[in-house]
Amino acid sequence: MNELQLKVLDLLKEDARRDAELIATMLAVSTEEVKQTIAELEQDHVIVKYATVVNWSKIDDQKVTALIEVQITPERGRGFEGIAERIYLYPEVKSVYLMSGAYDLCVEVEGKNLKEVASFVSNKLSPIDAVLSTKTFFILKKYKQDGIIFEEHEGDHRLMVSP
Amino acid sequence: MIKDEEKKHSTPMQQQSMANYLSPLVRGIKPSGIRRFFDLVSTRKDVITLGVGEPDFVTPWHVREAAVYALETGKTQYTSNAGMPELREAICQYLDNEFAVAYNPADEILVTVGGSEAIDLALRALITPGDEILIPEPCYISYSPITALTGGKPVGIETYAKDHFKLKAESLQAVITPRSKILVLSYPSNPTGASMDYEDWLPIAKIVEENDLIVISDEIYAELTYDSKHVSFAAMPGMKDRTILVSGFSKAFAMTGWRMGYACGHPDIIAAMLKIHQFTVMCAPIMGQYAALEALQHGLEEKNRMVEAYNQRRRLVVKGFRDIGLDCHEPQGAFYAFPSIDSTGLTSEQFAQRLLEEANVAAVPGDVFGLGGEGHLRCSYATSVTNLIEAMDRIGNFVHKLKTEG
Repeated sequence: MNELQLKVLDLLKEDARRDAELIATMLAVSTEEVKQTIAELEQDHVIVKYATVVNWSKIDDQKVTALIEVQITPERGRGFEGIAERIYLYPEVKSVYLMSGAYDLCVEVEGKNLKEVASFVSNKLSPIDAVLSTKTFFILKKYKQDGIIFEEHEGDHRLMVSP
Repeated sequence: MIKDEEKKHSTPMQQQSMANYLSPLVRGIKPSGIRRFFDLVSTRKDVITLGVGEPDFVTPWHVREAAVYALETGKTQYTSNAGMPELREAICQYLDNEFAVAYNPADEILVTVGGSEAIDLALRALITPGDEILIPEPCYISYSPITALTGGKPVGIETYAKDHFKLKAESLQAVITPRSKILVLSYPSNPTGASMDYEDWLPIAKIVEENDLIVISDEIYAELTYDSKHVSFAAMPGMKDRTILVSGFSKAFAMTGWRMGYACGHPDIIAAMLKIHQFTVMCAPIMGQYAALEALQHGLEEKNRMVEAYNQRRRLVVKGFRDIGLDCHEPQGAFYAFPSIDSTGLTSEQFAQRLLEEANVAAVPGDVFGLGGEGHLRCSYATSVTNLIEAMDRIGNFVHKLKTEG
């Protein structure tokens, strides 16, 4: 990963709507170079998707999210990959991480209500043979995600004009 | 937005004027042009402001947390007059690493209440009434008034857009008289963004030496130098003893409200400044000193990140002004662009006022910064990219409208 790629990623991470021309000006390189860099990053799936960070609690307080600690028995030859895939293919599953420590997978599950999430755990997740145990934690409030603070209080307190 | 409390007069009408009691030196100081413009801007809504002379970043959390911890652990006392020894040591180490200027923490550095206090102390410690203080302009607005308060005579030296507002030896030479005593340098410059490199300094240092001048070098924007490395005047051969280096934490570490600054120089001069400092403010606030120490110990990465952000915005506004059709030299430091508005046929004041009223963008008219500022506009790019893009859009439409009006 070269310096230009990193800087382009930083600028897109802040605001994915920034176009190549703006990024080129900010980094003092040509628009072509930026376009090329972005194309490569997309091709290599370094840039996976341009998505929007949504604070769902503003519009849909019905939704519930749980983090589930899952202990599993790895498969011979494939380790955790196959079982992780079996889990992340469910649309209810929003993210899956392989963890170090007391459990193996951290699974984020979203549902319309508590019952729906509970039913997913008991009917889909737990019955998988390799799954040894699950511990479900419901998320009460999201303060910050991917470095983005949801309710920014700091604001701009500066005088409008100062020397 | 912060309300202007000074405007609220609670005094009854019959109260008599006390103006005659005031010191003539104070009465002689003109109100700041920035102040007048501030009052104008405060009356408006939905203004995008490029008029702010401070970072848009809030002090990094770990630095704020260090001050909180200092309070929690009862750090509420005076410190040594010169500042906490560990802070002085950290500053000396930092200046040596970053700018290759070596000071002795024991007697060559003084921690002050902002760089502003350091400038005040330096001028007061050195000036005999009647001394001429040479000040390249356009520049930060405080040097002349403080000089005047001490009975010194401020002498402006005009710098020009064609030289990217660098100080030229011939301009300096032209104002030298037998009464010349101090040269006040402030690079990178507020408001022009000009910066001076080694080659630029050489002829200046020669004149300083030949005329036995003392230099007060306000390097508060040193870290905000782009495309090259800042060259401290104190690092020039033979200049260290004649130079009082003034800096602080406000700009590079986003700590304006903390009022943490420092001065470095010859022990005799620092001792004289310390004498005034101990009788006027005793010491800089202790919790601020702890915050500053944290900034130096663990804040350099964050500082570099902010400098990179300013640099990106700098390129954006310079291109923006050029695309609009306004001449704009490339500022090498600080966080200001200083485009020329000459081509519009308006004065700085007229342009700034109409820009505010017709386009809702605030920027500071260049003339308030002294000689050579007329015909320019100081635009701070210490604001978000989104704001900058919107501001450039509004300025572009405004200038286009001016030009079609003919």
